[in-house]
Amino acid sequence: MIEPVLTAPPPTGWDALRGVLSRWGLGRNRYRVKPGLYGLGSPGPDAPVLVTANYKLSFDAVRRAMAGRDLWLLVLDTVGINVWCAAGKGTFGTDELVIRVRSVGLGDKVRHRVLILPQLGAVGVAGFEVAKRTGFKVVYGPVRVEALPAFLDRGMKALPEMRRVAFPLSERLMLAPLEFLQALRYFAVFLGLAAVWTLGRGGSASDLASAAWPLLGSVVAGTVVVPGLLPWVPFRSFALKGWLVGLAWAGFVCWAKPAGLRMAGGQLLLLPAVSAFLALNFTGASTFTSQNGVNREIGLFARPMAASALAGAVLLILHGVRR
Amino acid sequence: MSLGPGLRYLPAVASLKLDIEACTGCGTCVEVCPHAVFDISDRKASIKDLDACMECGACSRNCPARALAVSAGVGCAQAIFNSMLTGGPPDCGCGSDQGSSCCS
Ligand code: SF4
Ligand code: SF4
Repeated sequence: MIEPVLTAPPPTGWDALRGVLSRWGLGRNRYRVKPGLYGLGSPGPDAPVLVTANYKLSFDAVRRAMAGRDLWLLVLDTVGINVWCAAGKGTFGTDELVIRVRSVGLGDKVRHRVLILPQLGAVGVAGFEVAKRTGFKVVYGPVRVEALPAFLDRGMKALPEMRRVAFPLSERLMLAPLEFLQALRYFAVFLGLAAVWTLGRGGSASDLASAAWPLLGSVVAGTVVVPGLLPWVPFRSFALKGWLVGLAWAGFVCWAKPAGLRMAGGQLLLLPAVSAFLALNFTGASTFTSQNGVNREIGLFARPMAASALAGAVLLILHGVRR
Repeated sequence: MSLGPGLRYLPAVASLKLDIEACTGCGTCVEVCPHAVFDISDRKASIKDLDACMECGACSRNCPARALAVSAGVGCAQAIFNSMLTGGPPDCGCGSDQGSSCCS
């Protein structure tokens, strides 16, 4: 049975807000639209066919970029995940595309035989295989949806810069709050333990605060400072970047609140290791790190990081006990 | 460099291999690569910037001549840590669509 052409109400301001919240892991996790064939404007048999994921933000981004044009939008079922991620997992993949082209009866809706995919969809889709199985030729459009109109107007030819993935400051700073919030969960556990320990031994809330702020700073160093200053922090390794910024922070802590050698040693061993670990985690959000590269970093730095953190924690606890 | 100065990852780790004999010079790899790793001249592809490769696998998946090989995966520390714990393949948490990770 051929599925009917779908329509969707225009995106609202509320949609945009929910989008931002969902990016930060707040609110409802998956934010999807129904997979299938949509008509934007009033597409005829010669209108281009764009393919996207059934992640609401991807869907709305295409609609926004292509406002005022007539075209078909083929939405694949990626369980509400964006194109790049879904392509990596294979849900934005060859099989799903082939099945969807058939189930919506695309061959009868359009006269041409061209599917335009986001370039990053190529991670999951083998264009030549789709052509073999459906008769539709796959053309990879630009990486960023904002360049789509220009791509179409140039006769589906991409300028070299349309083909490149970037990682601008704005994007890095968009991701930083999420990294920070995720790290705060671990910090909360630490705070809970530290509270039991400090208050249990008759310490005050200000004792607790003075134990907590150096660590909180190292969390900020790894999740906000390193992402923000990514190109300018020395070293290519994310772990080393984090370690360096964390070391600067630990140096500041020791200078601002001198409290003896053991304390200083503890801070200098623990704080940079925490920042290094968190910065290493930012590889997941970056757009240019490779799996073998991250493996190499883990192989080189995971053990020293853990040892340094452990030694630092022991020194700090000793400092606390002896006081 | 498209990413801008400073946004380069570790050198000499990428697993990308090109079988120059098999290559037909179709240019698909140039089209799909998000980091401009390839060049085409005299109807053959060449790897001009190996260290820019993020091992996404788009080129090898789309090479009709099967001339490209790369161990595709996610460059995501959390995913790799998780796989060490679970013994499964590295898979980032982005399935929960948090926009973070390999994929935002
Ligand atoms: S996609 Fe394959 S055959 Fe085509 S140019 Fe690249 S390596 Fe050669
Ligand atoms: S694996 Fe990805 S980044 Fe590396 S060369 Fe192929 S397309 Fe480019």
